[in-house]
Formats: sequence, structure tokens, C-alpha cells
Amino acid sequence: MSNSAIDVPPKGGFSFDLCRRNDMLSKKGVQPPSYRKTGTTIVGLVFQDGVILGADTRATEGPIVCDKNCEKIHYMAPNIYCCGAGTAADTEAVTDMVSSQLQLHRYHTGRESRVITALTLLKKHLFNYQGHVSAALVLGGVDVTGPHLHTIYPHGSTDTLPFATMGSGSLAAMAMFESKYKEGLTRDEGIKLVVEAICSGIFNDLGSGSNVDVCVITKGHKEYLRNHLLPNPRTFVNPKGFSFTKKTEVLLTKITPLKEKVEVIEGGDAMEE
Amino acid sequence: MTRKTSLTMESNQSNQHNSLLASEADSQRTLYPYVTGTSVVAIKYKDGILMASDMGGSYGSTLRYKSVERIKPVGKHSLLGASGEISDFQEILRYLDELILYDNMWDDGNSLGPKEVHSYLTRVMYNRRNKFNPLWNSLILGGVKNGHKYLGMVSMIGVNFEDDHVATGFGNHLARPILRDEWHENLSFEDGVKLLEKCMRVLLYRDRSAINKLQIAKITEEGVTVSQPYSLKTFWGFSAFQNPTVGAEGSWWVVVRWVRPNPDQKKLRRPPLLLPLILPPRSPQLAANLDA
Repeated sequence: MSNSAIDVPPKGGFSFDLCRRNDMLSKKGVQPPSYRKTGTTIVGLVFQDGVILGADTRATEGPIVCDKNCEKIHYMAPNIYCCGAGTAADTEAVTDMVSSQLQLHRYHTGRESRVITALTLLKKHLFNYQGHVSAALVLGGVDVTGPHLHTIYPHGSTDTLPFATMGSGSLAAMAMFESKYKEGLTRDEGIKLVVEAICSGIFNDLGSGSNVDVCVITKGHKEYLRNHLLPNPRTFVNPKGFSFTKKTEVLLTKITPLKEKVEVIEGGDAMEE
Repeated sequence: MTRKTSLTMESNQSNQHNSLLASEADSQRTLYPYVTGTSVVAIKYKDGILMASDMGGSYGSTLRYKSVERIKPVGKHSLLGASGEISDFQEILRYLDELILYDNMWDDGNSLGPKEVHSYLTRVMYNRRNKFNPLWNSLILGGVKNGHKYLGMVSMIGVNFEDDHVATGFGNHLARPILRDEWHENLSFEDGVKLLEKCMRVLLYRDRSAINKLQIAKITEEGVTVSQPYSLKTFWGFSAFQNPTVGAEGSWWVVVRWVRPNPDQKKLRRPPLLLPLILPPRSPQLAANLDA
């Protein structure tokens, strides 16, 4: 009896086949490339009219800062945003995927997306991959049932909280929140507290740094304040600027203005069925 | 032949020597801590030093001892606070006792100040670490002598420094950001205590080995005062903690929506009430929330 005759359908979930090979390679001294992590401070809090999310903007590759001004607050739906900490690729991919799923769901139902829908889709995916998708998320939004704020851990567990922090700077930010948060904050008080918490992470944690991004979501309205605060400006700029060495010979100077690649034709042909 | 045998005899002897040494060293080295204390936080204020710590001694993940005093006065001018292994802390207190005693026996009118004691502790900790037999503690040494305030820290590997505000263990991550933000020179006693209590409250919320029973100690030029143990007030009344899953499918909590009657309609209508098919058990808490 040949075993290959039985056709087993592929099982769902993570395929662990390559783990043994990776183990063997690492024993032989082959180092895998280090992940680009967003060693991070991300926070969220619920105020009287909705939810405020905040994040720093540093992305690290081991000990090096690879992106000084990256975007950690990802769009999920017009009324839902998600901050991501952990491996940058994982947070981007997971939030993009769930954002598309939410869009399709919106077309299907004809209603505004709810935050718990995004929550369930995210936790289903993350649990399925048993923590190997290293994405720690702070999900916040306002829907018909009110403002919601959730945290999602890489293994798929979730929490519903009035204020939350994640990432390597979460302890520093949580210290700020635990001592200063109260119910029924106004918008300005909320933004001030979020900025304080992110700054605490930026200045007390080595994995976080650069600038502060804030996103305010209220019923029917959202405000994405990119680089709301820049507490680390470049202070010493060389006044001479950059110039090539004097011996460099300029052979040719050609300036090409950038133009639009896509031309939008009004009233074009409809797509074929 | 004789040379060979003498060589083997030598190697035998050295082997015996080595195995003796090895067994001696193994039985004396500290490998892991057993009964541990959690963080200590200390700040300089106008008149001297304020130090706070809770009174818990954990045995792994059990809270075994709830009345451990982790802040002790040393000599006339210093306070010592320790986190980490409690038995090593008691050993350090014995060493310091001996040190202060010898100093007193000189009877020369001089007494060891906080800087000297800190230096002594640094040497002790570093030397123990070099012998791979550390005292498993993070120590905070604070004091006032001749008007000079001193606050320093020594870790179990001998890292030492002096600063205006220090913390050990979890306090490094949770209390130091608050202190960096809110500490300033010449804090009054009340402000200092409030600041320390703020830090201890955050630690109580977020450190699993912290307990709500703490002591605050004060040292000034006049002397040492260690307060009686007391507990902090905590707040758990956030509305999101009361019914976190309200509105979610399948949760126990329901959304009861009262709709304002349509002003155009002439006749009076009772406001409609949305109820799920399965009613949740009517707990007194739920009733209170709904009635509010």
C-alpha cells in the first residue's frame, strides 16, 4: 500500500516544517536577518467624546534606528484606527488585511464598521498563528455602540480598557496614565495626557524616540495629527550644507520635472463584465 | 618510569585539589534568590532624604511575609533600603553593624557619613560579584551629614551612582519616569511624601509582587524617622471596568437604549425598550448601573 495515494487536505494554521531546518542552521552558526521592530510606545485612552490614540515614530533594527519618522497609527476604517508595536512587517500586514476585510464587510452590510468586528478579526488571525505573528496592537474607535478601546497581544488575547499602553515604553507611559488619568477628560486634557505619556516613553525608553503622533476619534469625525509634537529637533545643522569634494567634475546637469503617471479620464469606458 | 608515575601522582593531587575546590565553591555560590523584596524608591528633598518601600517578602510567586522592614537606619547619618534577597540584606546589615561598631570604638568624634557607607557597600558588592558569589540585592543608601544630602544606589554587580532620585527593581521602569518629570529641588516634606506615594501607587497597580502596606522613612540632620506601616487608597471605579463587554455579541451585558419620542407625532408614546432574547441575571450591580 503506497502512502502517497491518500490525499490529505492541507491543515490550517502555521506550517512548522521549516523550524527544524532553521534550528539546524542556527546551530551551524547561520544568523537569520534581524527583524525590523518598532520598539515602541503606543497608547490609547477613552475621553468623554471618544478615543485618543498616540504613538512615537522610531523604528529600530536591533541597535540601529532605521526609520526616524515612521507611522505607527494605521487606518482600519473611517471610524477605527489601530496602533501597532512589535515587528513592523507583522503590524502593517495584519492591519492592512483586516482593514480590507472590514471594507468588504461594510459593502456587504451597508453599515459603519464596529470596533469589536475589527477586534474579532484581528484576534482570530493572531491566535491562529500562535504568537508567531508578533503584533501587539492598541485598537480604538467610535461606532454606534459608543467609544471603544482594546489591546490585542501577539498570542491573540484581548483586553477592553479605559486607557492602555503597549510596546517597550509601555511601563513609562503607564506610569503617567496611572497617576494622571481620570474619567470624563475633555479633548484638550486627553491630548495633553497622551502626549505626556508618549514623551515619557520617548525620553525614558531607548526603543522609542523622535516625534509624537496623535489621532482623535469622535462620533462621525476623526483627526489624524501626524507629528503633533516634535520634541527632538535637529539642533546642530551644518550651516555650510553639503557639497561634493572640489575635485568632482560635473559632466551633465539634467532636470526632469516629475509628472503624474496616471491620467484620469472622465467618463471613460466601463469595465468589461 | 619514575617520571611518569610522579607526573600521574601530581595530576591526581591536582585533580583532588580541583574537585575539592569545585565542590566548596558550588555549595557556597548564590545561584538564585529565594525570598525577595520588590522595589524601593527614594528622593532628595529640602531637609534630607525620603525613602519608601512596601513590606512584602515574596517566596517565588507566593506572598510569604507581609511585615518585612526593608528600610533600616545605619549609624547616625544614613538610611539603607534594599530590594532582592532578604537574607543577603540581613547579612549586609550585620556587616554594616560591625563597620559602625569599629568606627565608634575609635571614639575620635568622627562618624561614618552616607558617602563612606556607600563606598564600603560598593566595594563589598563588587568583590562578591568578582568571586561569582553575589549578594543578590539592589541597595539604596541615603543620608545627610554636615548639611550635605547624599543619595546613592548599588546594584548586585557593583554598579553604583549618585543621583537626586533613585529606584530599584520595577521602580526603575515605573517610578523613574514620574520622578524625572516631577522632581525638583527643595521639595517640601508634604510634597515629597505625595510624590513618593504617587510612585508607590503606580507600583502597587502594576507590580505583581507589591502589596498595599508601605513605610516611608525620612532622614534629616536631626535624625531618622521610619513611619508606621500604612496603606494607600486605590481607585477601581472606572466605568469601563464595571461592564467592559457591553454591547458585544454574546456578552452578559446589554445595551438599553431609550429613544426620545418623535416630536411630530401627536399622541404620547411609551419609549421603546430594546431587550435581548435571553435576559441576563439581574445582579444588584447591574440594577444599580441601569437605574443610574
